[in-house]
Amino acid sequence: MNFWLELVVKTVLVLILVVLPVALVVIFGELKISAHIQSRIGPYFAGGRFGWAQPLADGAKFIQKEDLIPAGADNPVFRFAPYVVLMGTFATFVVIPFGPDLAAENLDVGIFFLLAVSSLSTLGVLMAGWSSANKYSLIGGLRAAAQLIAYELPLVLAALAVVIQAGTLSLSGIVEAQANMEIFGLGIHLPYVLTGQILSFIIFTIAALAELSRIPFDMPIAESELTMGYLTEYSGLRFTMFFLGEYAAMISLAAVASTLFLGGYYLPGLSGDALKVAGPFILLGKTLILCFVFIWMRWSWPRLREDQLQSLAWKWLIPLALVNIVVISIFKVVL
Amino acid sequence: MAQQVNSGGFPLKGLFTGMKVTFLELLKKPVTVNYPKEKEIPVARARGVIALDTEACTVCMLCARECPDWCIYIEGHKEEVPPAKEGGRVRTRAKLDRFDIDYALCMYCGICVEVCPFDALFWSPDYEYSEFSIADMLHDKERLTEWLATVPDPPALET
Amino acid sequence: MTDIDARAAMHLSDASVSVELETQGMTLNIGPQHPSTHGVLRLVAKVEGERVMSVQPVIGYMHRGYEKLTEVRTYAQITALVNRIDWVSGFANEIPWIRAVEKLMEIEVPERAQWIRLILTEMTRISSHLLFMSSYPLELGAATPLMYALREREYVMDLIEGLTGGRFHPNFNRVGGVKPAAGGGSTQKKVSQDLPAGFFQGTREAMDRIDSVMDELDELVTGNEMVRARTIGVGVIPPEKAIEFGLSGPNARASGIDFDLRRDGEPYLPYDQVDFDVITEQTGDSFARYLVRKEEIRQAVRIVRQGIDNIKPGPLQAKVPRVLKVPKGQTYVRTENPKGEMGFYLISEGGRIPYRVKIRSASFCNLSILSWILEGALVPDLVAIMGSLDFVLGDVDR
Repeated sequence: MNFWLELVVKTVLVLILVVLPVALVVIFGELKISAHIQSRIGPYFAGGRFGWAQPLADGAKFIQKEDLIPAGADNPVFRFAPYVVLMGTFATFVVIPFGPDLAAENLDVGIFFLLAVSSLSTLGVLMAGWSSANKYSLIGGLRAAAQLIAYELPLVLAALAVVIQAGTLSLSGIVEAQANMEIFGLGIHLPYVLTGQILSFIIFTIAALAELSRIPFDMPIAESELTMGYLTEYSGLRFTMFFLGEYAAMISLAAVASTLFLGGYYLPGLSGDALKVAGPFILLGKTLILCFVFIWMRWSWPRLREDQLQSLAWKWLIPLALVNIVVISIFKVVL
Repeated sequence: MAQQVNSGGFPLKGLFTGMKVTFLELLKKPVTVNYPKEKEIPVARARGVIALDTEACTVCMLCARECPDWCIYIEGHKEEVPPAKEGGRVRTRAKLDRFDIDYALCMYCGICVEVCPFDALFWSPDYEYSEFSIADMLHDKERLTEWLATVPDPPALET
Repeated sequence: MTDIDARAAMHLSDASVSVELETQGMTLNIGPQHPSTHGVLRLVAKVEGERVMSVQPVIGYMHRGYEKLTEVRTYAQITALVNRIDWVSGFANEIPWIRAVEKLMEIEVPERAQWIRLILTEMTRISSHLLFMSSYPLELGAATPLMYALREREYVMDLIEGLTGGRFHPNFNRVGGVKPAAGGGSTQKKVSQDLPAGFFQGTREAMDRIDSVMDELDELVTGNEMVRARTIGVGVIPPEKAIEFGLSGPNARASGIDFDLRRDGEPYLPYDQVDFDVITEQTGDSFARYLVRKEEIRQAVRIVRQGIDNIKPGPLQAKVPRVLKVPKGQTYVRTENPKGEMGFYLISEGGRIPYRVKIRSASFCNLSILSWILEGALVPDLVAIMGSLDFVLGDVDR
């Protein structure tokens, strides 16, 4: 097919068929789960008894709102910031494998590309915080920059441990390695989280939560102090983009975690054609389970202070991740 | 004696106990009362709105005087009532022209109900009378008499 | 610079960055409209990075002129107004006022009225501290204890409403006792405002529920390592400073000052006939203030249970003249409100209207420590410390 046509089709397919619906499902899940944790109902009006149309109604409401830009704001930077965040997030979906050959672009350097591109969002957050002409947004933006940079390293190092064990940077390759896993000559098909990567999984999850600015790492937003931090001045459609971007990033990082540690689209017992059909749903299931855990953690714990957050990253997670890599490498050579 | 961050047990035990509490709460039924489809019945003594019995009112003005916000507006005039028997005295009786309570000012303290010597004012627990314009919050004599139907019986007392 | 560093070291558990950076300070207006100032409080904070250099609180946005209002109202009208000072603990505000009037008139309050006042005051203490338990974790970032504590608070509110007719503003105290009857007319006079049927049963159930929710909140909040890391060692108030700034109530008791007006002050309610502990902590940090309030809820539950066991039948109000005239004199009565010590200084020249009423509110004095304690704190700690002092702007500004 024509290169450009293929590009457009893949973009549309991935974004419209995968990211948007799943993001809406996760948003609805967050509303309902948080409501039931807090002993209340959550959405119940839009869409009948379960309120399933609430995210759609919210989206429609945001679209028709007035486009407010503060008077002192840096116009081009203010307008461009949401798109930078979104670009960083959507580009990660290109390499996530939904089935044996069902990645939008099966890059050989999959995980490397993914981690590199997902750090573009940091720039968008900083742009949003600085251009808002609001001291609270500035504080939020600076906190976000410090936090996101600090937690890039544990994220990368934890993923590196998996790469060492799998022997390939390509995400489909990592899933295949888990599918064809052999320990001591026995053909056991266990996900990496159960075969020595438990510490990497924990570090990756913590770093992912910090990359998403979710509680317990939500200092950049910190609702009770900064009233939405770097997002304070955004309203209407621009806010929807940040909002969707946050949930898309959550899905993307959860999907990456499922691929790296939980076996991705693979389930023991399925192979070949059955996997091509059921693969996306298996990956979706694992992703949703991880998203549920993220939501559960958000509504159970308070937030950490900025310096505690930083010391957690630099003094605990990075040394642990380095030790983890050494241990995995030793096992890889020995076994 | 300073407290430690780790309160005992294995490290980060508190975080997992907290998650257990929220998970158990997730499985329970929510306590929401789905207003306006379901409504809680207010208790009998709840101070919702004041009802007026115009027959009992003698325009003594005690309630208007004692109100802390002076939100009761009363106007009345004296009428001559013919004597009950032949050759008796002509009596005068006070008649109520205007009795307005401004619920935009009312503090719902109950001093007017308590101070009335003639049982003309009653508390009713009805609370759904919001209006779109503040001027509509001035309830006149007729509307106050309508509230009389919602006044409940006093509750039984604890033995 | 060294002065600030010493105080900053008090706030940070680890050493600060050793590199000397040239930074420019910023004046941050933590303005009247803010999610975590408990009302309309304005803090003009000079901030450098994340560290607060100086804080100047600006109050008065909520000033309603209570002391002026009392100059033109009768004693019954003022009783209806007084429970709106500290709007979270409505009933407890009426007690010092009504005790001041009763002291000047030298009226003795019947037993049953005193016990009803005791039960309602302790229920109000439970309600006010439950509101603290719900809003303090919210300021730290946890959103669920909010709902759990408020859910149980509803039961206490329902009990207060069933008895008095109002949830937040009961207006139930009268000079000489509590409200005896529904009205003044011949039929309304017979409608007694005594405890409604089901009150004892409802109270026992509510107290059991509150005990169980306190266990839940213990697991969710008190044992949570992140809450502890955010509050232990943060905002330490030494006892001398607490006395210097006039702190009272749970704030002072958390710094080790063992003083409770229920036990140590002039008796105003039958607290000597109930068994309860006065909770103190020695560290004086935000966590200690949280712990003191949490344990005070349990003690208040104990008192309420004893109250409904010990109450005996009797009249609800002493004999008072219909038109209330208070003899000439001055008096000051102070009581242990949930927020601290609340006092009413009443000057009467005889007549139906007082000459002057001065209100000593607990939150005003508790708030005066802010400019001292927030110097050198981090911005997130600012929120944690303000929340732990638990002041209400209605109480501050009156």
